[in-house]
Amino acid sequence: MKKLLSFLLLSGALVGCKPSGDSAADDGKFTGPPIKVGEFASLTGSEATFGQSSHEGTLLAVEEINAAGGVLGRKLELITDDTQSKSGEPATVVNKLILRDNVVAVLGEVASSRSLEAAKVCQDNKIPMISPSSTNPKVTESGDFIFRVCFIDPFQGTVMANFASKTLNMKKVAVFTDVKSDYAKGLAKFFKERFAANGGQIDGELDYNGGDKDFKAQLTAIKSQSPDGVFVPGYYTDVALICIQAKQLGLNVPFFGGDGWESEKLVEIGRGAVEGNYFSTHYSPEVGTEKSKAFVENYKKRYNGKTPDALAACGYDSALVLGAAIKRAGSTEGQKIRDALAATKDLEAVTGTITINEKRDATKSAVILQIKDGKYKYLTTVNP
Amino acid sequence: MEWFFQQLINALALGAIYALIALGYTMVYGVLRFINFAHSDVLMLGAYAAFFLAPPMAKVLAPQSVASALVITILAAAICAFIGILIEILAYRPLRNRPKLAVLITAIGVSLFIEFTGQHKSVFSSARRRFPDLLPTTDFHFGPLVVNSNDLVVLGTTIFLLAAMWFIVHRTKTGTAMRAVSYNMQAAALMGINVNRIVSFTFGLGSALAAVAGILYSMRSPSIDPLMGIQPGLHAFIAAVLGGIGNLPGAALGGIVLGLVETFAGGIPGLSNYRDGIAFAMLIGILIFRPAGLLGKATIEKV
Repeated sequence: MKKLLSFLLLSGALVGCKPSGDSAADDGKFTGPPIKVGEFASLTGSEATFGQSSHEGTLLAVEEINAAGGVLGRKLELITDDTQSKSGEPATVVNKLILRDNVVAVLGEVASSRSLEAAKVCQDNKIPMISPSSTNPKVTESGDFIFRVCFIDPFQGTVMANFASKTLNMKKVAVFTDVKSDYAKGLAKFFKERFAANGGQIDGELDYNGGDKDFKAQLTAIKSQSPDGVFVPGYYTDVALICIQAKQLGLNVPFFGGDGWESEKLVEIGRGAVEGNYFSTHYSPEVGTEKSKAFVENYKKRYNGKTPDALAACGYDSALVLGAAIKRAGSTEGQKIRDALAATKDLEAVTGTITINEKRDATKSAVILQIKDGKYKYLTTVNP
Repeated sequence: MEWFFQQLINALALGAIYALIALGYTMVYGVLRFINFAHSDVLMLGAYAAFFLAPPMAKVLAPQSVASALVITILAAAICAFIGILIEILAYRPLRNRPKLAVLITAIGVSLFIEFTGQHKSVFSSARRRFPDLLPTTDFHFGPLVVNSNDLVVLGTTIFLLAAMWFIVHRTKTGTAMRAVSYNMQAAALMGINVNRIVSFTFGLGSALAAVAGILYSMRSPSIDPLMGIQPGLHAFIAAVLGGIGNLPGAALGGIVLGLVETFAGGIPGLSNYRDGIAFAMLIGILIFRPAGLLGKATIEKV
């Protein structure tokens, strides 16, 4: 019976895997064996659109690097494994990537809880890891082999707290946190600190568990405090349902959150209920440099006209930063790649100019978007 | 005070959903004495059936009309009844005379099989989808209180189906046969009851209930994915055990009690984090003092 169960689980896991890399590339022009790069992403499960966007961005970058001749005369081979948006999986798949596939570096993931899990494995094995878009500060604190190409939550929380108190003139807000997520808890904490420092009042701190479908109990409690707005630092699937149920209860105040909101699913599920709400994220295709315009164009070409979101852009940048670092290191040795990554300075990337600071985080600006007519409208850019 | 009444409304709506799902668990348990863990996944299949039926149905009947919602629900229930019968024949029937544990583990296997097959790209894919609005929704305002029309539909359907199940089990010939099979399978067979047919019928009925529950659940929270059944399934299972598994009114009572506890715990800042914990702690407490559940007396009248 146990065998049958594990077989079922295994076949489930296999079904969840995606073929990795690009076999179409011409191998003739490369002088050595391919350089294996591991990626772990939530291709299925509750944060599937995050993982898929991020993966598509990463894959595009790898393909472009290979089309331009690869790195050190060798092809980059991306090996992608699915974490199924589950805790426990990242450690398993990253161990597999490092021990069985012998990857030289690891890219991933979006969700901070899962990046944290994998970070420990990578640090123990001295394999450099770059998270494209995990914003919880703890991720890179895991060790000196762990990097990220996005901003961190103390910055994002500050941005949204300032936006709420200064731009939206809110005096009293409620905070509704997903207690299952390190990302949401961190972001909520930094938001509350800053908002209180700005003279605002936090009234009503309620919690939910990611994946819940009924939020009316908490929303009724929030409504009884009559706040000016509600900060929801969660992920898009829950946020859409929260907004719908808030409208049903007659809680008609603005909701706002962080980069966990950004997915086309938010408007697809939330429809009218999410209109007018705000969130901060890494990047908007509406503004940007030549590099980001080229990225939008290539991405649309590669993925049947799909507009890239911030997570795709961050995924792209993670592979870009890694490719550049391997080039500068002139080697695929973990320690040398790590040192080259740490020395990344003024790299022109899609989401902005990337400089890795002493904490191995990228110092970058954030954008604030508003949902208008089912589209994400660019409002403003906030520099660190 | 209005806060209290609003939470009461929320609790009843949530409890009614749990009760409806728990009815399905209880039906199958009552006859076969085993927990069909695939029930929550049949619930998911019911929601997907409605999801795929809604667009073609919109061409025949006016969309968002009571008639089209009813037809979609009945069709989805029929599809799920068929799937339920199929699961029983393929997975559970060969193990009927084996130890109960074997069937239980097979049920978990079936559940995982459906969940992971559903997540495959060429089946449903793991992406969440927006569930179509089958009925127009309105919010009824009573002073500061709000009642959503969907919640009333859920409550009405649960009461109706509870009564219908009670009628089937206690007032029809098939129901008498079901109770006989539940009592003693061999003796029932000796009395000329076609046991296989009764078991199939029970599974069909249970799965149809799951489909209806899945559709109503998705109407309240219009986001569906292949793993959507796990969480409500678990809670409904708790509700069924709480009320006394195998007992129809017990399932309803368990659902309402669970809805009340979860809602009131969830509405208190600082406690909302622990709402599942509080619900489960209450379950443990009740099972210590009443091991058969609230209404599950050691009666002969199980289902």
